[in-house]
Amino acid sequence: MSSIGTGYDLSASQFSPDGRVFQVEYALKAVENSGTAVGIRGKDGVVFGVEKLITSKLYESGDNKRILNVDKHVGAAFAGLNADARHLVERARDEASSYRHSYGDPIPLRHLTERVSGYVHAHTLYSSVRPFGVSIILGSMEQDGPQMYLIDPSGVSWGYHGCAVGKAKQNAKTEIEKLKMKDMTVRELVKEVAKIIYIVHDEVKDKSFDLELSWVGEITGGKHELVPPEVFVEAEKYAKEALEESDDSDEEDL
Amino acid sequence: MFRNQYDNDVTVWSPQGRIHQLEYAMEAVKQGSACVGLKSKTHAILIALKRAPSELSAHQKKILPIDDHVAVSIAGLTADARLLCNFMRNECLNSRWAYNKPLPISRLVSMVGSKSQIPTQRYGRRPFGVGLLVAGYDALGPHIYQTCPSANYYDCKAMAIGARSQSARTYLEKHLDVFLDCSLEDLVKHGLRALRDTLPSEVDLTSKNCSLGIACKDKKFAILDDDDVSPYLALIEGEERSSRPQAEEAGQAMEADDAGTAGTSTDPVPADPQAVDEGMDQ
Amino acid sequence: MASSSMFGHGNTTPFWTGGPAPGQFYSFPGSQQAAAQTPAQRTLYPVVTGSSVLGIQFEGGVVIAADMLGSYGSLARFRDCPRLFKVNDTTVVGAAGDYADFQYLTNVIEQQVIDEECLNDGFGYTPKSLHCWLTRVLYNRRSKFNPLWNTYIVAGIEDQKPFLGYVDKIGMAYEATSLACGFGAYIALYQVAVITKDGVDIKGPIKSETNWEVAHMIKGYE
Repeated sequence: MSSIGTGYDLSASQFSPDGRVFQVEYALKAVENSGTAVGIRGKDGVVFGVEKLITSKLYESGDNKRILNVDKHVGAAFAGLNADARHLVERARDEASSYRHSYGDPIPLRHLTERVSGYVHAHTLYSSVRPFGVSIILGSMEQDGPQMYLIDPSGVSWGYHGCAVGKAKQNAKTEIEKLKMKDMTVRELVKEVAKIIYIVHDEVKDKSFDLELSWVGEITGGKHELVPPEVFVEAEKYAKEALEESDDSDEEDL
Repeated sequence: MFRNQYDNDVTVWSPQGRIHQLEYAMEAVKQGSACVGLKSKTHAILIALKRAPSELSAHQKKILPIDDHVAVSIAGLTADARLLCNFMRNECLNSRWAYNKPLPISRLVSMVGSKSQIPTQRYGRRPFGVGLLVAGYDALGPHIYQTCPSANYYDCKAMAIGARSQSARTYLEKHLDVFLDCSLEDLVKHGLRALRDTLPSEVDLTSKNCSLGIACKDKKFAILDDDDVSPYLALIEGEERSSRPQAEEAGQAMEADDAGTAGTSTDPVPADPQAVDEGMDQ
Repeated sequence: MASSSMFGHGNTTPFWTGGPAPGQFYSFPGSQQAAAQTPAQRTLYPVVTGSSVLGIQFEGGVVIAADMLGSYGSLARFRDCPRLFKVNDTTVVGAAGDYADFQYLTNVIEQQVIDEECLNDGFGYTPKSLHCWLTRVLYNRRSKFNPLWNTYIVAGIEDQKPFLGYVDKIGMAYEATSLACGFGAYIALYQVAVITKDGVDIKGPIKSETNWEVAHMIKGYE
C-alpha cells in the first residue's frame, strides 16, 4: 500500500493514482480485526457459526449477539463493528418487511441481498459518509433450496456454499474446503461449523470466546433460529474433542 | 500528541481500520465523574459520584430518571446526556401510550444504540460524547446496561464508567460472584466500596457527592440524594479502603467488534485531570 | 414495540432520501404529478362484512367464536372467511365489520409479530398490549374521519388470568368477562378458539345444525 499517507486515502469519494479506493480497504481492516464468522450451505439448509470474543467478564454472556434474524426465514451472521452491523440488519429487516407488505410473500434472498448490498455500496461513493465496517453473511431456506450470500464493505455480494469473514478467515476457509457440504445435512454441518470456530480461535492472542450457532433449513421448518441447547452442547462437545485429538496428533508429529 | 491525518473526521477510516474520532469521543466518557451499576437477583442499583463545578454551584445531578422502572447515570458531556435522556423518556412514554406497558430495558437500550450509530457514520455531526449506565426492572428482572459513544451497548452483570473507573471495575470483577444473591443493603455496600476505590485517598464519599438509584419489582425507581444516602454511607464508614492496584490493567488489545474499535476496558488511566476538579467537591 | 415505526417502514433516513424507499424505485426530479384537485373521499360504509364474534371467559381460559360468513350487503356471499386471527400462543383477535379492513390490520399485526420474533428478546404482544394498541389505532383513524370499519374482540391469557377486551371503529374500548359483537349469521360455519395456559387451539370449521321451520312465520323483514 504505497499510497498510504499520500492524502489519497482520506475519502471514500477519491481514487488513488493507481485506481484504488483506500477508504473501502481500510473498512475491510475493521472486519479483519473482528472475531471470525462462518457460514456453510448444505443440502437442506444453512448453518452459521460465530466466534464472539469476550472482552470483559463484567458483561452478561448472551449479550451482543453476532447472529441476528432479518426475517422469519432469513438469518445474518457478521464480522466487524457491532453498531454498523445492527444498523445494516435493521435496514435489511425494513427491506424484508416492505417486500412482504407489497407481495405478501417472504423476500427472496437474492433480492434482499441486492437491496442491502446496494445500500452498502452507496456508502462507498460519497465523502459525506464512511463505508460500513462490516461483512455480513445472509442465509435463508427457500422453495428451491438453501441460499447464502456474503456482502463486503465494498457493496460486493456473491453467493457461496461456504464462506468465512473476520480474523481467521483464511484458516476457516481452508477448513471449509475440506468439507463436502453439498452432500451434508445441517445436522452434520452444525458440528463441523462449531469445530471450525474452535480450530481457528487463537488462544494466545484472544482470551475467551462465546460460540454462537444458528441454522435455517428443513429441520427448522424454514425458520432461522439459534440452534436448540441440546444440539449446541453436542456440537460444542464434538468441536472440543476434535480439537484435543488434533492437538495430540500435532504433538506426535513433533 | 494524538494528531494524525486520519483523526479529523468520523467518516474517515484509519489504515488500521479504526475510527479515531470515535475513540476520542470515548475519551469524553472518561472525563466525567465515575458511576457504578450492579445488580442482584432482585435489584439493580446505580451509584454515582457528583461534582460541583464551582464553589458557588450545587453538586450536579448524575442519575436522571427516565420512567418509573428505569433511570440512567451519566459520564461525559451532560448536554449530550440530556438529549439522549429526552429521547429515552419519549420512547418509554410511547410504549406506555401504545401498549400500556413499560418499555423493556433491552429495547430501550437498543433504540439508544440505533440512534447513536447515525452520527458515527455521517459527516457533519459528532458522535454523542457520553456513556450511560442504564438500570431498570422489567418483566425479565433487573438489568444494568452500558452504552457508549461508539453506539455499542452491553448487558452487564456490573459495570463502572467515568474517571478512574478501572479501579471500580477491578473491585467489581473481584466480587462478581456474590452480587446475585446479595440483599439490597449488601449490594449498595459493594457499590459504594467500588465507587470509593475511584477516589484519591484524601477524598471520601459524602452525602453531598454521592447519589444512589434503586430499581426493583413493582416499585418506582428511587433516586436518593443528600440525607437519604447517609444511612447507606454509614454502612461502609470506617472500613479500610482496598489498596489501589498500582499497575492498572493497561490498554488491552483493541477489538473491532467490541467497542467501535476503542474498547471501554481500554482505559489507560492517564494522569488524572480530574484530581484537581474533584478536590473542589470538598 | 417499535412504536416509532408503527407500520414497519417509513423509516428512511436523511442520507438515503435521494434514493428509493424500501421496495420502491428511483423517482426523478420533476416527475411528480400534481396532486389531484378533487375533494377528499372517505369510506362511508363497509363492503364485505363479517358479523358475530362471541367471547366468554371461564376458569382457566377464554373461548372466542366467530362464524365464517362474509356478507355482501344482505347477500351471504363468502362462506369461508376466517375471522379469528391467532397472534401468538396467548392471544387471539376476532373481528366483525369490513373484511378488507380486518385483513389490512391483521397484516400489520402479523408483521409486528415477525419484527418481535426477530428481536428474540423474550417480549411480545400480550392480550392487554394488543388491546391497547388496537384502541389507539382505531381511535386515531376515526379522528381522521377515516375509520377502520371493524369491531375487534381480543381474547387471551395474561399473568395466568383470562383477558377479554372490546374495541370498535370509533375507538371505544372496554373489558368484560363476556363479550359479543355483530348480529347472528347463524347459518354459517363456525370456528372456535380456546386459549388456556397451554396455548391456543383453533377448532373448526364446525357446522351447526339450523332449523328454519319457523322462517315462514316471520313477517316484516323481507
